[in-house]
Formats: sequence, C-alpha cells, structure tokens
Amino acid sequence: MDRPRGIGGVTVDAIIVGSGPGGSTVADILTAAGWSVVIFEKGRNHLIDLEHPHRLADDFSNDEIKFTNRHFLGPDPFLEPRTFRTGPEDGDHSFVGDVNSIPSTVGGGGTHADGKVPRFREEDFGLLSTYGPQPGASVADWPLTYADLEPFYANVERRIGVSGDAAANPLAAWRSGPYPMPPGPSMYGAVLSTAAAETLGYHPYPAPGATNSVPYDGRPPCNNCGFCAFFGCPIHAKGDPVAMLQRALMTGNAEIRPETFVSRIRTDGRRATGVGFIGPDGVERSMDARYVVVAGGAVETPRLLLLSGFDHPLIGRHLMVHFQTIAAGGFADLRFHAERGRAVTHLHDDAVVPDDASRKAATQAGLPWMRGGIVEHGGPGLPILEAKLYRWGPTHKENMRRSPLRDRLWAFTMQGEDLPVATNRIDLDPTVRDVRGFPVARYTYKPHQHELAASAHHGPRMAAILEAMGAEWTSVATSPGSVEGPGGRASVDAPMSRHVMGTVRMGEDPATSVADSNGCLHQLSNVVIADSSVFVTSSGYGPTLTLAALAARFATAMVS
Amino acid sequence: MPTWLTIEEYRTLTAVCERLIPADQTPGAAEAGVPDYIDGLLGAFSFDPPRIWAGGSFSGRHGGQPGFARFHRLAALDELAWRTRIEGSLGRPEREFNGVVVGLQERYREGLAALGPDFCDCDPDEQDLRLRSLATFTQLVYDHSCEGMYGAPEYGGNRDAVAWSGIGFAGDVEPRGWTDHEVSEA
Repeated sequence: MDRPRGIGGVTVDAIIVGSGPGGSTVADILTAAGWSVVIFEKGRNHLIDLEHPHRLADDFSNDEIKFTNRHFLGPDPFLEPRTFRTGPEDGDHSFVGDVNSIPSTVGGGGTHADGKVPRFREEDFGLLSTYGPQPGASVADWPLTYADLEPFYANVERRIGVSGDAAANPLAAWRSGPYPMPPGPSMYGAVLSTAAAETLGYHPYPAPGATNSVPYDGRPPCNNCGFCAFFGCPIHAKGDPVAMLQRALMTGNAEIRPETFVSRIRTDGRRATGVGFIGPDGVERSMDARYVVVAGGAVETPRLLLLSGFDHPLIGRHLMVHFQTIAAGGFADLRFHAERGRAVTHLHDDAVVPDDASRKAATQAGLPWMRGGIVEHGGPGLPILEAKLYRWGPTHKENMRRSPLRDRLWAFTMQGEDLPVATNRIDLDPTVRDVRGFPVARYTYKPHQHELAASAHHGPRMAAILEAMGAEWTSVATSPGSVEGPGGRASVDAPMSRHVMGTVRMGEDPATSVADSNGCLHQLSNVVIADSSVFVTSSGYGPTLTLAALAARFATAMVS
Repeated sequence: MPTWLTIEEYRTLTAVCERLIPADQTPGAAEAGVPDYIDGLLGAFSFDPPRIWAGGSFSGRHGGQPGFARFHRLAALDELAWRTRIEGSLGRPEREFNGVVVGLQERYREGLAALGPDFCDCDPDEQDLRLRSLATFTQLVYDHSCEGMYGAPEYGGNRDAVAWSGIGFAGDVEPRGWTDHEVSEA
C-alpha cells in the first residue's frame, strides 16, 4: 500500500500532532479503520524503525548520564525552554528553563514513564454532583461518566498491555474484566511497606503497570532492570505507546514524521484545513487534512491553539498538576535495593476517598471537602542522583557506601488531586522564544488551599506508615513548596509532577468549556484534542490510562 | 593527554576532583577517571560522533552485544544545543535567541585559573578554602564529578566500574536484569 503523502494536493484523513499515548491511541484506531494518518512529532525517533516497524530501536539503555543529565528524551531546555511564575506579581516570569517537561520524542511521555496506569474512580467524573463546589475553584462534572468510559479503559488496557490484579484493590472502580496480564514481582521495600500499611488499615495493591509481566504482543516481559522511571526501556517491555505506534505503522496507513514541529493549525474560518509545520530542514510547509488531532500534552496543546490564533478565553486555563507530598523514612538496618524492579510496584488509594478524619481536617481548614491521591510505594535507586545530595569532601564516599538517601531510604509519594482554578494557566510567554522563534509556553500556577490542606493532613499519615515499618527518621516534603514562605511572601516552586492536565477543558457548554465530550473544539469541530488537556478535574490518579481511554473514545467517534 | 584542557588545567582539575571525592579505602575521583569525564564533555566535539549520548541497548557487562561505546549521531538542533552549552554562544545569532550563553569551556577555564597556579601544591586545607570561596564553580565541578564517578564508564569516568563496585551497585544490568527473587527478597 502506498504511504500517505499529504503534500502536493493530497489530503490525508487525519493529521495527529504528538506521538505520545494519546496520539498513538488515535493512530491505532484510525489506521485500523483504513484512515490515512500522518503523525507529527517534534522530538527525535529513538523508539521504532519507521521503515520496518516490526523492528524496535536499540537506542535506549541503562544510562543515568544520557537520560537524566543530558536530555536524551528531550525537550532540551536550551532549544525549547518553558517559563514559570506564580502570578502576575512575579512579572513576566520568575524562571526560564525546564518546567516539568514530559519527553519530546517519538512515544512521548510513555517512553519515560515507569508505567503505572490506574483507572479513575466513578466519582472522579462527577465531583460537583458528588461533593459540591469549592470556593475559588471551578469544580465541575465531566460531560461523560465512568460507565461511558469503562469499555474504552478495557480497550486501551488490552492495546497497551497492562498487568495487574483486578481483585487486589477494594477501592477501585468496577471493571468489566480482568487485566490482560498478572502483576510483576513486588519490590522488596514494597513487601515491607505494604505490610506496614495493612497493619494501619490501609489497602495497598500491586500497581497496574504498562510493563509486560509475561510475553505480550510480541514483546518480552520486564526483567526488572530498575532504570525505569525517566528511562526508555532497552528491551521494550513497556507497551505504552510503542504497541499502538507499531500497529498503526504496520497497517501501511500511517507515517510518523519526527523532528517536525507543527507551528499552526490552518483554518478557513469554519473548519481546520490542515497544519503548517517545520521539518528537520528548517523549511516551513503545510499539509491538508480532514481532521487535525492535537495530542501534544496539556502544555504544548494549548500552546499550539494559541499560536494558531484561536481565541476561546478558556484556552490554557484550569491548568492542573498533581500536588506531590513525599514522606521519606531512613532505615539503618535495611537495604532496599530499589534499583531492582519497576520503580514503583505498589499503591494505595485510601487518601483518594474521604473518611471521617479527612472530613474533619477539611472542616478545620475551612473547606467543604478534601481529597488526596494515590500513594506510591517506592525508593530511589540510582547513584548519580544520590551523590549530588551529599556534601563534597572526605565524607562523600562513606555516605555513598552507607547510602542513607538511597539504599536505606523508602518513601511514599502522594499524587494529590489539584483543583481546577481559572487563574492557573498556560499562555504564551511575552519574551522567551524556542529555537525556531516561536513564543514558549508560560506556566502561571499556585496551588489552591485544598491541596495544601490535603497535603498537611495526609503527609503525617504516610510518615506514620514508615514509622510502623521501623524508620529511624522520617521527613515530609511537598512539590510545589508551601506558599507560606518564611519571608511572608508566597514562594512556590514549579511543580515537579509530570501529571499535567486541564487547559482545554471539556464540557457541553461552549461558554464554560473549550472542547465537547468527543474532544472536538466547540469552535472548530474537526479539531480533536486527544490528551489530558481535556480533563475537567485532575483526580488523584496518574492521567495516562484515562487520557488514552478518552483518545480511544474520541477516535472511535471519528470513524463511526 | 587531555582532549580539551591544557596539561596544567587538567592537573588542577584532577586535584580539585580528588578533594571533592577523595580516595579512602577505595579509589577517589582522580583514580576513577573523573577528570577524563569532564575533559571528555568539554571536548565532546573533538570526536565523531560527539561524545554526548552513549549508544544502546547494552554495555556488554551483563551480556548482550556491547553498544554503549558507539555514541549517537546528533541531529542539527541537538548539535546546536550542545555546542552552545559547551562552547558558549560566542556572539552567534543562532545561539542567542534567548540571550548570551556562557559555555562550560569558559566556566572551566576561568574557574580553574581562579583557583590559582599553585593550587596543586597547596595543602588540602588551603585547597578546600579556595574551593569554598568559589562556591558556584565548585558546585559545577562537583555535579560533573558525581556524573563521572557514578555514570557509565564509556563516558570516561568510573574506570573499570570502580565506583560502582565501591558502593555495591551493579550498574547497567541489561539484558540480564534481575530475577523475581532478587527483586522481592532482602
């Protein structure tokens, strides 16, 4: 079959901007229905042989220098910086550089994730009707329910290949079937921390993982190398999103164009007609398409809409980033060897569901309700990161051998629900440019009181589990840091979590949302947003599986 | 012979690295080759392909075809980024779209000079005093020393994986990986 070529008068069925989990899911479904698809990816390709897609690339490796110190998965903060400020009081921006960037590479964020892919709970799609409003936040129901999305959750779990135990989590939403694969092995530290959590009444369970536990889809099972979170998988045991891209390419209906930046969506005023793009040769060109699917993530997607001159006042607003609360404990008599395994093998969801204690804490904080997020059981595994934490000099090597901040440390990270606030937003920075000369994305962000109160409530509870495990010391930190700075003035760092959501809010009313329940822009119905930009609320769960399920739903609507 | 530094600079850098990560019962930064890691970064573009990203998928230390020593070719934009980071923007418009960039080469050349021509001959206390007085430069060298010490040996440091064995870390383990038993047991 001829490869689709959109140049020279040929119109492709769909252009997809971004090759991460959202764009790949759409490509998988459209190409299976016979649509011609061109996927534009601004990053390089280190994932797949584009000419012989049954072959996967051999570029990923257990290399801490390349992945976490030299921007191998991109974006390079020199070429594509972002800017950050807490509010207009900071001026144009207070920071320029790497602001929680998700990889810019073929495969997007799926390449570096350690692949925890939980579903949301039923009430995550109806926060307003379940719990009611929050002052200062735009809490709203999604325009679809868990029941609407469940078939697509099950569908993308099979497409990606997800391992898990359907009976293990009593707090999980209902499921129509089992996971495609059983869970992989528990990390030693998680064996201990789940036992401690259970004695305190929590409900830990094996994290649903987008990593093979058995051979699946022609790819091998994970062999626990430990270079997982922030690393590409050398043996391609992570299915997200390589499985979808490989399948899409094998139909012969798809083409991936790496190192190609889409700089604008072209329209005739009523509909999108295609995109303008800049390829590796630096030349600007355009391509026509019946549909434009935007899947650049919740920062780059609104940036592209703004670069295209789209003027809906809510584009970029309601930016949400999970509020991380990290409780760490030190154990003089244990070595956790967290460099073996999939970075995080266990979670518990108890902080997601309000109980009497959290309701009381909410009341004391003056909030109508409060929710935390999933708690990840994990430890740091790699030595360069550790070494930089110690002082230089004669104590350095003794610290590295004793390893109080790596091998003897275990931690819980809560990915706390972040309420949608209209002033938290992505817009175009007024002065900073990317290497191609386009304005970069600017974060304006500070947490709502809800996140701070939920963190203050759940942080000590996570530390108590570490104490029950036998920790000699515990400490609790947050990202972003508290707004109650010592100098009085708010001092908030850019959030570290890569779980970025909102910014192209979905809903039925064009006055209060940008996209409809099929991901189509209200203003241009053949522009489909297929990433976490459309999230109405953030939940306390990692966004990947939900954004892939939404992408599957949107793509299915496109072809039917 | 160093790739980019002068012999004198390399000698000073070696003394600096050894103060930052001194030898005790196991080798320190000097013996582990950390100065070669840093010199290799400063002179990365003396090699073709440049020594920025080691190759994959395996090093050969735990089986598989060794691929780390085959460095990746850089796309044009990545070459621009890494040349700018290393060499500085040098007044070239294509490197200054967000302003002037001071490169690592200049920071090392000036930092090492500021430590004084007699740095290698000073006693350790005096060396530490000078390092503390140049805190920003010292932090830069320390960050790079941690990378060189505990990163893959193909980048020039961690010679024969000596730093990994010194802390009981296996390093890159693909394609062997770890067995389920090794993951779940103490």
